[in-house]
Amino acid sequence: MSLNYFELFGLNPAFNIDLTALENNYRKIQSTSHPDRFVTALPAEKLQSMQIATTANEAYQTLKTPALRASYLLSLQGISATAETNTNMPANFLMQQLEWRENLEDAKAEKNMGMLESLLAEMQVEAKNLQADLVDLFDTKKDSAMAMEATRKLIFIDKVYADINKAIEQIEN
Amino acid sequence: MALLQISEPGQSAAPHQHKLAVGIDLGTTNSLIATVRSGISTVLQDEQGHALLPSVVRYLPNGDVVVGHEALAQQSTDPVNTIASVKRFMGRSLKDIADRAHIPYRFVEGDEGTTKHLLLQTRAGLKSPVEISAEILKTLKARAEKSLGGELVGAVITVPAYFDDAQRQATKDAARLADLNVLRLLNEPTAAAVAYGLDNASEGTYVIYDLGGGTFDISILKLTKGVFEVLATNGDSALGGDDFDHRIYCWVLDKIRGGSSSFTPLSEEDTRLLLTKARQAKEWLTNNHEAQIVCRLSNGVLVDVTLTAPQFIELTQHLVAKTLSPTRKAMRDANLPLEDINGVVLVGGATRMPHVRHAVEEYFKQEPLTNLDPDKVVALGAAIQANMLVGNRSDNDLLLLDVTPLSLGLETMGGLVEKIIPRNSTLPIARAQEFTTFKDGQTAMSIHVLQGERELVSDCRSLARFELRGIPPMVAGAARIRVTFTVDADGLLSVSAHETTSNVEANIVVKPSYGLSEEQILTMLQSSFGAAENDKQARVLAEAKVDAESLLTAISAALKQDGDLLSMKGKQKIIAKMDVLKDLLLEGNIHAGSSGAIREATEALNAATEDFAARRMDASVSRALAGKNLDSLKI
Repeated sequence: MSLNYFELFGLNPAFNIDLTALENNYRKIQSTSHPDRFVTALPAEKLQSMQIATTANEAYQTLKTPALRASYLLSLQGISATAETNTNMPANFLMQQLEWRENLEDAKAEKNMGMLESLLAEMQVEAKNLQADLVDLFDTKKDSAMAMEATRKLIFIDKVYADINKAIEQIEN
Repeated sequence: MALLQISEPGQSAAPHQHKLAVGIDLGTTNSLIATVRSGISTVLQDEQGHALLPSVVRYLPNGDVVVGHEALAQQSTDPVNTIASVKRFMGRSLKDIADRAHIPYRFVEGDEGTTKHLLLQTRAGLKSPVEISAEILKTLKARAEKSLGGELVGAVITVPAYFDDAQRQATKDAARLADLNVLRLLNEPTAAAVAYGLDNASEGTYVIYDLGGGTFDISILKLTKGVFEVLATNGDSALGGDDFDHRIYCWVLDKIRGGSSSFTPLSEEDTRLLLTKARQAKEWLTNNHEAQIVCRLSNGVLVDVTLTAPQFIELTQHLVAKTLSPTRKAMRDANLPLEDINGVVLVGGATRMPHVRHAVEEYFKQEPLTNLDPDKVVALGAAIQANMLVGNRSDNDLLLLDVTPLSLGLETMGGLVEKIIPRNSTLPIARAQEFTTFKDGQTAMSIHVLQGERELVSDCRSLARFELRGIPPMVAGAARIRVTFTVDADGLLSVSAHETTSNVEANIVVKPSYGLSEEQILTMLQSSFGAAENDKQARVLAEAKVDAESLLTAISAALKQDGDLLSMKGKQKIIAKMDVLKDLLLEGNIHAGSSGAIREATEALNAATEDFAARRMDASVSRALAGKNLDSLKI
């Protein structure tokens, strides 16, 4: 039987998790299992240490990143947030998406750093609001359908955020 | 600081015998070797009291090779056979070297087919950068063994954090040629952080700004209770102090040529002479307002020019600015505001330049830390890590969690790169991605592995190509090809692919297409031991013996410590296999052809301990996390 990522770090499966406990338990696992601890060990031990350290890194990244944590919670319920069949999005969010994308393209074309920075800040606020919604939907209301919609929105926001950063990087080069 | 251990008279300290492990900073300009003695990390000096070994290798007419100060002294008189800054050529192909015209070496493209790495034409024949680096490592190894009075168990060798897979692999190959056991490749900024962290017992978030002779790295690390977590790293593996010298060199050339365009090109000797003068001027300007550059060229022209500090700043400000772009990227990747940075550490000789320090201070809005010698700090940190990896420290209070500096991906349709592992992922890491066939009945798929941040294949570094064959014919899009990327703690990549519906498999350890092949390394090993075939055999035998002996040692230690995890029968099974191997290793039984048998017995013994190893890991995991067992941690 395999532990899920939450159990691995001694946490209850929820969107609102104790990030300090996550960090501490992650370090505890790496401190005992990292390949650096097995340099002079048996080859089979080296292999296993590599596997454990790899799993712990993957699990830690998943739980630390809100959008990944939400997707993982859904996957534990057998729901895929990114499946191609899940394309339904509220019309107003789709409109908003278009607007953000257009703003990003304009800022890129004008090499407008200030506009990019303010778009970045806007995405941060949006992400924060969605995370608050997700706490409510996952942990209190336990509404998987609504949680999935919010998760998909968050994934989208993260993508725009990454694209804005990429645009800033390009201008700086 | 650890206390000195004194054993009772007559009792040996054998169970905790100090293993000789070193840290090596294989630098562009200078290299160093350090070790931990009596709990203190120390740089080892040569007999003349030099700590720094100039990374210069000279091939002499009589066939000898000299490394270091002696080679450096002959650089201007014998430039073609005296190789400096070879680190800049590690894992590179000819087209990667941008300013070839101003480098006084004779570059040759490696053989077609197997490799495209560059070679240097010297009087000792064609030399690869790996072989030249190995000469530097051999010199350092000899220095350490002489001063420590014994054979080294292993070494941690540092590499720029921003080194790609090809450059890391080349460094590891060089160590192999120098007969050094590499415990770990460690990123230079991380090594510097270790040296600082232990001295200052610091907690918090630190930036390491490392401008060396030929490479620039920026790393952001978080230190918490003995764990060094790299949050982000960035850099430029072709930017360093050498480039500042080069700017001065070009400026001097402009001066002496005046407006005339008929000036004949400089000889290799003059180029080297002027580059040396340029470096000296740069160093002089660290503490002075102006530097005079005086020398006579071989055509009789007298060079006598004065470079002022403001002129120097104007000439090189764009290079300083070039370091700030990776710095900003790393800060963005770490997702931290400037106020959260507790300290900025300067590493590398080039950070002595006042305008570099000033730029760093201005960007981070705080005065950088310079209390450790920027030339030595990397080697000191590497020695601490080496000491820990061989188990000389018992308190295990330090752990480094490093990241991959560049994204890794695969070529997909239309010459685009699909990223599999993003940059700044904590190591070790494994990621898999599924691909499918494009045509009906397709039975083979070509897999092209790339490294870099850009979207087009042509803008990224090609690491390897391999083919997965024997895919059962299906309609387009029906096959499921799962490609798995694994990056180990050294930052080295291996890739495997298999078709999931039929389980056809192809594995590859990525050997960069312009790196050295296993065959070439064996040939080089052979030539360094003499030319005969039996030397090759002797080498293979020696490697098999070392592996067998280290396995026997590890198992004996494990049995002693955790023997009670095994049943009597299980224990006997392992001991029987150990006896078989020990028997093969007996003086009288060993002969030139026995490497095969030793390998087989080693593998059999290794297989026999798998269950034992699992039990040991299980025990250690459940100690760390009460109630959890190993199986539950597997993917």
